[in-house]
Amino acid sequence: MATTTPLRPPADRVTPPVERLPRTRASLGPWVVLALLVVVALLTLAPFLLVTMNAIKTPAEYSTNGPLALPEGLYLQGLIDFWHRVDFGQKLINSALISGTVAVGAVVLSLCNAFVIGIGRVRGRLAFLVLFLLANMLPHEALAYPLYYLARAVGIYDTRFAVIVIFTVIQSAFGTYLLSSVLAKFPTEILEAARVDGATKWQLLWRVIVPVSRPTLSVLFVFFFIWTWNEFFLPLIFLISNANQTVPVALGVLQGQRLMDATMSSASGLLGVLPAIVFFLLFQRTLTRGITAGAVK
Amino acid sequence: MAKQRGAVVVDRGFLPFLVPGLLLFAVVIALPLTMNIGLSFTTWTGVGTPSWVGLDNYTRLVSDAAFWASFRNILAMIVAMAIVPTVLGLFLASLLFDYVGKKLGDRPASGLRAAFYLPQVLPVAVAGVVWGWILHPTYGALNLSLRTLGLDTLTRNWLGDHSTALLSVMAVMIWFQVGYPVVIFMAGLQRVDPQLYEAAELDGANWAQRFRHITVHMIRPEIFVVLLTTTIAALKVFGPIYVLTRGGPGNATNVPSYFAYQNFFERAQVGYGAAIATVLTLIVVVFSALFLGAQSRDELREAS
Repeated sequence: MATTTPLRPPADRVTPPVERLPRTRASLGPWVVLALLVVVALLTLAPFLLVTMNAIKTPAEYSTNGPLALPEGLYLQGLIDFWHRVDFGQKLINSALISGTVAVGAVVLSLCNAFVIGIGRVRGRLAFLVLFLLANMLPHEALAYPLYYLARAVGIYDTRFAVIVIFTVIQSAFGTYLLSSVLAKFPTEILEAARVDGATKWQLLWRVIVPVSRPTLSVLFVFFFIWTWNEFFLPLIFLISNANQTVPVALGVLQGQRLMDATMSSASGLLGVLPAIVFFLLFQRTLTRGITAGAVK
Repeated sequence: MAKQRGAVVVDRGFLPFLVPGLLLFAVVIALPLTMNIGLSFTTWTGVGTPSWVGLDNYTRLVSDAAFWASFRNILAMIVAMAIVPTVLGLFLASLLFDYVGKKLGDRPASGLRAAFYLPQVLPVAVAGVVWGWILHPTYGALNLSLRTLGLDTLTRNWLGDHSTALLSVMAVMIWFQVGYPVVIFMAGLQRVDPQLYEAAELDGANWAQRFRHITVHMIRPEIFVVLLTTTIAALKVFGPIYVLTRGGPGNATNVPSYFAYQNFFERAQVGYGAAIATVLTLIVVVFSALFLGAQSRDELREAS
């Protein structure tokens, strides 16, 4: 298989159902284009298929039949062994705990910030927005060593708590930026009505703004969860002990050590890929809506 | 109520809500960033007191071949993560929207879009794990497959060989990135007035002409955003480098973020690492500012 995605792959690899169509160029065209796109899509999906096929083969099968052969049976021992070896259950719990807490915390924090900037329209709100936007773009390397040093100094180094606090702030930088522009367009009649009813700021936020902006908040939640799940650099630095590591860190460190064989490599690939596929199936709509919401206001 | 004349009543009741956000921001972002800049003017092993050396780290950077190598490689990463995916994404999105979607319906179009997008949901480090296995010289799926197909001459140490390492990493990143522009561009195309395409079609414009004159033109804001975000991602790339090559062989695939990491945590040259991180930050900020400036000028021109 190729490692690149060619623009115009050879057409003969997928045969379009030509015979049943009238032989005019106009109606043949879409099928040829579709066939080309299907080839590109198959190339994109090939690593997923390869990793799944080979994670359920015996080592002997892999070395005699090669990676392209279909598995002869369902061999799960490789996956089970790898699971126990890295204590994968613990890694899943760590990832879920860190990502879940960060997602909740960052949504709340973004909401509070955006409430002041978008609804309260405080003086200097543009400066705040630029500040949060810059914080979102900052390379984490520029924060890494001081954060590492400070975390050691206060004794929270190598804890999930430290990673949770750091990512809550980093994610909320983006959340504040996005949510502020959403809340700036909040219907003024509703705000006015709440004000006439004598709502306090607290009531305004929790009883009026949160219910109305729930769709945006849930998109942010999903995004913060997945972004945090996928993070590698800072968790790699902060989560040294095995018991605290997240899924990507555990797999990435193992891969870097090059102690693995074919079966273990494909098993680790599959275990890393599976949660992502689950999120994809659960949140496909939210994901598509979310990345476009962030893109163009 | 002074509202009628649009006068802004300064309402201090909101400010308490900004306190936790600003406090945490100060501790997690502003303070560390300032410390990092400060450290870049010192030499420090991470223990004891840093000693001030002024611009020494920066002058050392300028004459450090490894630093220049890492910056050359970041250009390659921009090509692989921003430019190629944007171009490919434009073609794919336009074909899906203006061709497949119209002639064959939404289902095949959105199914294909999902297939292109799937790599994007992976943690990039896990994508590296998967490709690390595929590209492994002895037991990797690619070399074994080539051998099975009788193409032994094509097998090589994809990630360990000087001539192929960077290209292999680039190929992995193209695979990883392509789905993002596809999704954004397809969403952008949805707000284009269908009558534009219909009118063009009636005038006899073929797909290529519609692509050039309508698609690319109408989703220019999306192209801007995709180029900005993917270029920033390329400037910051770390996970795949750590997992696939650790910057090697030699410095063939080293990038600034990994170079900074090495100095921080492997060589205990914190000051030097901080200087690299500071330069990288400056590049990201200047680049973003230029880009956003260009974008708003573009919008103004469009509006007038």
